[in-house]
Amino acid sequence: MASKLLDHGKIERNVTLLLVLALITVAIGGIVEIAPLFWIDSTVEKVKGMRPYTPLELAGRNIYIREGCYNCHSQMIRPFRDEVERYGHYSLSAESMYDHPFQWGSKRTGPDLARVGGRYSDEWHVQHLVDPRSVVPESIMPPYAFLKSRPLVLPAIRDHLVALRRVGVPYGDADLDAALDDLKAQADPEADTRDLVARYPKAQARDFDGDPKTLTEMDALVAYLQMLGTLVDTRAAEPMEQPR
Amino acid sequence: MSYDALRHAADSWGLLCLTILFLFAVWRALRPSARADQEAASLIPLDDEGPRA
Amino acid sequence: MTLLVAKVGACLIAAFLAIFWALMAADSAFAIQMGIVAAAALIAAWAMARTADYRAMSGLAPPAGPGTGYDDNLIRFGVIATMFWGLAGFLAGLYIALQLAFPALNLGLEYTTFGRLRPLHTSAVIFAFGGNALIATSFWVVQRTCRARLAFPSLARFVFWGYQLFIVLAATGYLLGITEGKEYAEPEWYVDIWLTIVWVSYLAVYLGTIVRRREPHIYVANWFYLGFILTVAMLHLVNNLSLPVSIFGSKSYAAFAGVQDALTQWWYGHNAVGFFLTAGFLGMMYYFVPKQAEKPVYSYRLSIVHFWSLIFLYIWAGPHHLQYTALPDWAQTLGMVFSIMLWMPSWGGMINGLMTLSGAWDKIRTDPIIRMMVLALAFYGMSTFEGPMMSIKTVNALSHYTDWTIGHVHSGALGWNGMITFACVYFMVPRLWGRSRLYSQRMVNWHFWLATLGIVLYASAMWVAGIMQGLMWREYGADGYLVYAFSDVVAAMKPYYLIRATGGGLYLLGALIMAWNMFQTIRGKLRDEAPMSDAPYDPALDKPLQPVAAA
Repeated sequence: MASKLLDHGKIERNVTLLLVLALITVAIGGIVEIAPLFWIDSTVEKVKGMRPYTPLELAGRNIYIREGCYNCHSQMIRPFRDEVERYGHYSLSAESMYDHPFQWGSKRTGPDLARVGGRYSDEWHVQHLVDPRSVVPESIMPPYAFLKSRPLVLPAIRDHLVALRRVGVPYGDADLDAALDDLKAQADPEADTRDLVARYPKAQARDFDGDPKTLTEMDALVAYLQMLGTLVDTRAAEPMEQPR
Repeated sequence: MSYDALRHAADSWGLLCLTILFLFAVWRALRPSARADQEAASLIPLDDEGPRA
Repeated sequence: MTLLVAKVGACLIAAFLAIFWALMAADSAFAIQMGIVAAAALIAAWAMARTADYRAMSGLAPPAGPGTGYDDNLIRFGVIATMFWGLAGFLAGLYIALQLAFPALNLGLEYTTFGRLRPLHTSAVIFAFGGNALIATSFWVVQRTCRARLAFPSLARFVFWGYQLFIVLAATGYLLGITEGKEYAEPEWYVDIWLTIVWVSYLAVYLGTIVRRREPHIYVANWFYLGFILTVAMLHLVNNLSLPVSIFGSKSYAAFAGVQDALTQWWYGHNAVGFFLTAGFLGMMYYFVPKQAEKPVYSYRLSIVHFWSLIFLYIWAGPHHLQYTALPDWAQTLGMVFSIMLWMPSWGGMINGLMTLSGAWDKIRTDPIIRMMVLALAFYGMSTFEGPMMSIKTVNALSHYTDWTIGHVHSGALGWNGMITFACVYFMVPRLWGRSRLYSQRMVNWHFWLATLGIVLYASAMWVAGIMQGLMWREYGADGYLVYAFSDVVAAMKPYYLIRATGGGLYLLGALIMAWNMFQTIRGKLRDEAPMSDAPYDPALDKPLQPVAAA
């Protein structure tokens, strides 16, 4: 057997053997590197405050993905003095544990957005998205004025939550049943949102786009931006960390 | 299968097996008796006047 | 006849199903995509019914015997598609480069924003230009090194046209806002499934041809192509695992989240570079460089070592895209170590390619195609040195998130992938259309210099800009505060963005000259021009000296 395998030209001549060897070679690297992350407990350290996205935030996140914001904005603050000072506490792995897909990004043509929530007013965000250069003259961001005039129509939002639950996001039955109501209520200043906030702690409910009458894509995107990085209290987590 | 077991596999016998497999592939390429085959193979691109019957 | 009816019928059923899907669609963008699928299926049915040889089918004409030559018709379409998508991708790149300098070019429309056009550019150059180049050259190489015609000719046609449909669906999807939001893996679930079917067929055609070979050996270029096809299939399947919200809608949610998704994505992303843009293109190098130089590869055994070490090491290097992120430290370090080790096989391969020319170095001066190949290899060497360097954590701390990365990618893509593809297409076109030579050698020379100048402008602008950007972000004043606001850094980038766009413009101009040269070659024209190199000769001086008359 061994001598047959070593027979010269065997690999060069036998295409199946070549294929199998090449597959083993390339598969092992991936398995050894990636697979552990699915078992490992220390990859994602549990932190207090993380919860799934509300339906409105999720709709906003999907607009963020649709418009390809990740091409220019990262959502991953590295543990360097300048980054922490510029953007806030460095990103924890748990903060993206419900992100299907992750949006860490790879390029900062624009600034990092991992903790942009609460840094600017809703009015600033709307104005900036409609005409970026009216608030930041140096900006090279494209204008997204069309978001303001486009109603957010998502009758199937429950299906989105169901799909996410299937891939591991812990939405409860109450969240699924209330999905469409939650979507509308979060941007409606008249609505009773106590139940929403009870199920989604720290959820911000108000009119986001300056037009309380209609639910627009702008409402959803601003709601998403305003919650980015606000869920975890990083100051509480700090004393438990070891210095790097 | 725990993380520790996988991690252990990755940096002990897994690494050893891969290295041996790699060294085997390199040895096969470099051993002197392969030379004739390799020289024949290296001439393939220069001799391709059409499909053989 | 029954086969034809079955094929056309299958296309019509596919068109019918696509129209049904379009009518049931949950979102209008998905309906448009299904409309495109339906149109493609109808065109396929029409083309098959129109081009079928009915005389042969009815028995009136003797069936054509097995062809004497190679099955090259598909490759002719392939090089034209390569050129077409190349121009489209370069143009999209130039446009988005200008958008960064002049944001008004976003035009205020949702379809023309940078965020939607950038995936269009990356996919057009990597998957449309690069992918078509790989399919066309691999079909050329596998037939000639196996001395056999393509296996499963109908399936091979399906691979080519199916791949074009994948490109059209992906590209129109980006403009409509359909994306999975993972770089270089943006197409949504239904396009991913389609690509999987096409890709498995590609593997079948390729393997089938190798199995039918009339050579005892499998030439090393085929190893690289096979490694590329196989690994890309694996990467594509794992990274695109996602759950559609509805089978009648475009949106899906990735199976993985957060840090797991990040590592899977960059395992995919880095190996898309390693196997799509490196292994596959090395397959081109190992066939076309010896061919154009008319010499066997410098060291065949080095090429085998190159192959095994490349695929052993590349697959580990992905985490270097996630240095200092929330990824566990051990994975980051592993990615860095393997990236640095990868330097060796990469340079081994480059040296192997370059040394193939030993004894024929004069061809660099006289043969512009050889010169393109040499430049491609030089850029391969340069970017495979730069890459490992950027994976070192301390360097990465500065370079990550900056335009240095963009410069690195483009020195590889424009310099290595672009130049080697141009050289291979220049090699194949006269042979595919039975011309004695290219329309113009001098235009190849022009193309070479325009492209080279373009790359130099592009890469140097992005190096300077990237390092400047990284340094400005971390600059502290004597007062202990950050010196620059983010917007200051954006403003400082403008001149470099302009230089970069100029470089890209020159590169596009070179490609336009190539397209014209190719078009004229296909038409059978020969440009009347002085040869590229000739020792000077003056017949008036070519005679014995006359004895000086006695005064």
